[in-house]
Amino acid sequence: MTYRDAIREAMRKALKADDRVFLMGEDVGRYGGCYAVSKGLLAEFGPERIRDTPLSESAFVGAGIGASLGGMRPIVEIMTCNFSLLALDQIVNNAATFLHMSGGQFNVPVVIRMATGGGRQLAAQHSHSLEGWYAHIPGIKVLTPATLEDAHGMLLTALQDPDPVLIFENALLYNMEGELPPDAGPIEIDHARVRRPGRDISVITYGNSLWKALEAARTLAEKGIEAEVVDLRTLRPLDDRTLVESVSRTHRALIVDEGWRSGGISAEISARLMEQALYDLDAPVERLCGTEVPMPYAAHMEAAAIPQVTTISAAVERMVASHG
Amino acid sequence: MNGVREHRFDLLRQMLLIRRFEEKCAELYTQQKIRGFLHLYIGEEAVGVGVIQALRPEDAIVSTYREHGHALARGISAGSVMAEMFGKQEGCSRGRGGSMHLFNAKKRFYGGNAVVGGGLPVAIGLALADKMRRQPRVTCCFFGDGAVAEGEFHECMNLSALWKLPVLFVCENNRYAMGTRLDVSHSQTDLTKKAAAYSVPAAAVDGMDVVAVEEAARSATERVRSGEGPFFLECRTYRFRAHSMYDPELYREKAEVEEWKKRDPIPALIRSLETDGTKVDADVAELERQVAKEIDEAIAFAEAGTWEPVEDLLRFVYSDKGLST
Repeated sequence: MTYRDAIREAMRKALKADDRVFLMGEDVGRYGGCYAVSKGLLAEFGPERIRDTPLSESAFVGAGIGASLGGMRPIVEIMTCNFSLLALDQIVNNAATFLHMSGGQFNVPVVIRMATGGGRQLAAQHSHSLEGWYAHIPGIKVLTPATLEDAHGMLLTALQDPDPVLIFENALLYNMEGELPPDAGPIEIDHARVRRPGRDISVITYGNSLWKALEAARTLAEKGIEAEVVDLRTLRPLDDRTLVESVSRTHRALIVDEGWRSGGISAEISARLMEQALYDLDAPVERLCGTEVPMPYAAHMEAAAIPQVTTISAAVERMVASHG
Repeated sequence: MNGVREHRFDLLRQMLLIRRFEEKCAELYTQQKIRGFLHLYIGEEAVGVGVIQALRPEDAIVSTYREHGHALARGISAGSVMAEMFGKQEGCSRGRGGSMHLFNAKKRFYGGNAVVGGGLPVAIGLALADKMRRQPRVTCCFFGDGAVAEGEFHECMNLSALWKLPVLFVCENNRYAMGTRLDVSHSQTDLTKKAAAYSVPAAAVDGMDVVAVEEAARSATERVRSGEGPFFLECRTYRFRAHSMYDPELYREKAEVEEWKKRDPIPALIRSLETDGTKVDADVAELERQVAKEIDEAIAFAEAGTWEPVEDLLRFVYSDKGLST
C-alpha cells in the first residue's frame, strides 16, 4: 500500500460511514485526482459526492466552507498549495474567522487537503512549502502527515474536528510504500512524535524531510552520533512540550524545513525553544531551511534549494562537534 | 384595514425602524459609543425589507458590511444589534464582530462579511448543503455592484448555475463601489447581463420601491426553491449617506444625491398608502412612536450591556471541544 492509497482508504471509510462527507476539487472525479489520490471514488460514490469543480479555487473552497456551515463535512482538494493562494481570502478571511466573528455561533468543520513540497522539477509555481505560512493563522489547524498511518488517521480525525483543518501532503510521499495497521482509524493530532530516539541532538522536522532526517540519522549512527528525530506532525497548534522534552535530553536542536527560512515555521520553533529551553541548550538552535529563492527547474539547482540528507548530516556533525 | 394595506404598513414600519435606528447610530458614532467602521444603509431600506419578506424562517442570509438593515428586517432584535455595535457581550456576535459582522444562528444570518465578494462562495456552499440534503431552502446572498467586479462573483455565477444551486443573488446596485462610480469600474454597466452570461436568469427592479422589490423577490425565490437553480436580482438603489463615517464624498455631486432623495422609498410608500385619498399622518406618527420606543429600548439594552472579560480573549478561535492553542 502507498501513502496515496492510505489517504484514499481514509476518504473511502469516511464516505461510507457518514453521508455528510463528500469530496470536491479540480479533477478529483473523472481524472481520479491530479495525484490519483481519489482514483476510483467516482465510480464507487457517484458524482453527487465526488465532485469535479471548475478551476475556481476561491468558489469551491468557499463552497466547502459554506457547505460545512450548512451541516455537511466536505473534503476539499486543492491541486497544490501554490494554487491555494487563489483561495486565500476564503481560508484566511472566512474559514479562520467565522467562529470568532460570530461570537462562537458558527464553527466551520471543513477539511482542505493539498499537495506541497519540491523535488519534482516543477519549478517556481508548483513546488513551494507554504504550510508554515498557514501555521501563522489562528483559527485553522495545520497537519503535515509524513507516514501512511498519519496520512490515513489524521484525515479521519480532521473530519471529526469542529474547526477548519488544512492537510499538507508532500507530493513526493504519494508513492511511498508501507503498511497500515489492521485497526487503523482516527489518530490523535495533538502531539509531535519522536520517530527515532537519540542522545546527541534533536532534529525537528516534518513531511518529506522526516525521511531525509531519519536517513541522515542512520548514517550518523555509524559515526557514533545518535540523533533524535522528532516529527512535528502538526504545525498549528505546535506541541511545545514534546520539543522541549527532547531538547532537554539532547541539549542541541536542528530544525529542518523545506519552507523559506525568513519568518518560517523553523524560526517560530527556534524562538519557542529559546523561550522555554534555553538553559538546557549546549549550542545555539540552528535552522536548515529552503534556500530563499523561487524554486528553480534544473535538477541540481532545485536539489541545492531544499534540505537534503547530506546537508542535514553535515549540519548535525558540525553542531555535535561544537561545544557551545 | 385590509390585508394588503396592513402588509404595506408593516413594510413601512420595518423601513422606518431601519432609518431611525441608523440615524441614531450616526449620532452614537459621533458620541464615540460606536467605533470602527460604520456603513449606513439609509436610502436602500426598500431592498433589504422587500427581499427578506420573500424568505422563510428556514432560509439563510449571507450579507455584507452594510447589513444593519438586513439584520433588522430578518428580525434580529434591535437591542442585540445595538449592543454589538457598542462592543458588548450581549451583542448578536458577543462584541467580537461589531457593525460589519452581525451574526445570528437562530435566524440563519451568516454575517456581516466585510471582504467585498467574499460572501458569495459561502452562500453557494450553504446552498450546496441544502441541495445535497434535499432541503427545499433558499440561501439569499446580498452584495453590491462593487462585488460584481470581483473574481469570486464570476466564479460563483458559473458554479451555482452549473450545479443548479438554490441561491438568490441580490445585487444592491447603489451605483458606487465606495467612491468609484459604476461606469468607472464596469465595462458593461447592465449587471444583469453579466449574470445572464453564466446562464443565471436575471432581472432588475427599482430598488426604491419596496412593493416592487418584494414582488420580484417572491417570484425569484419561488423559482429558486422549486429547484431551477440560482437567480440574480439586481435592485437599483442609492445610498443617501456617505460610504462610511470617514467619507468626505468628493466623488459625487450634492445635486445627484438630492435628485435621488426625491425617490426616498419611505415617503414613496407613504404616498402609495394615500392614493385613495385616505390620510395616514396619524398612522405614520404612531409607527414613528413605536419605532422610537424600540430604538430607545435598544440603546438602553446596549448601555446596560456588559464587557466580555479580557480573560476570555482566546475563546472562539477554536471550538470549545477543539484544541485551544
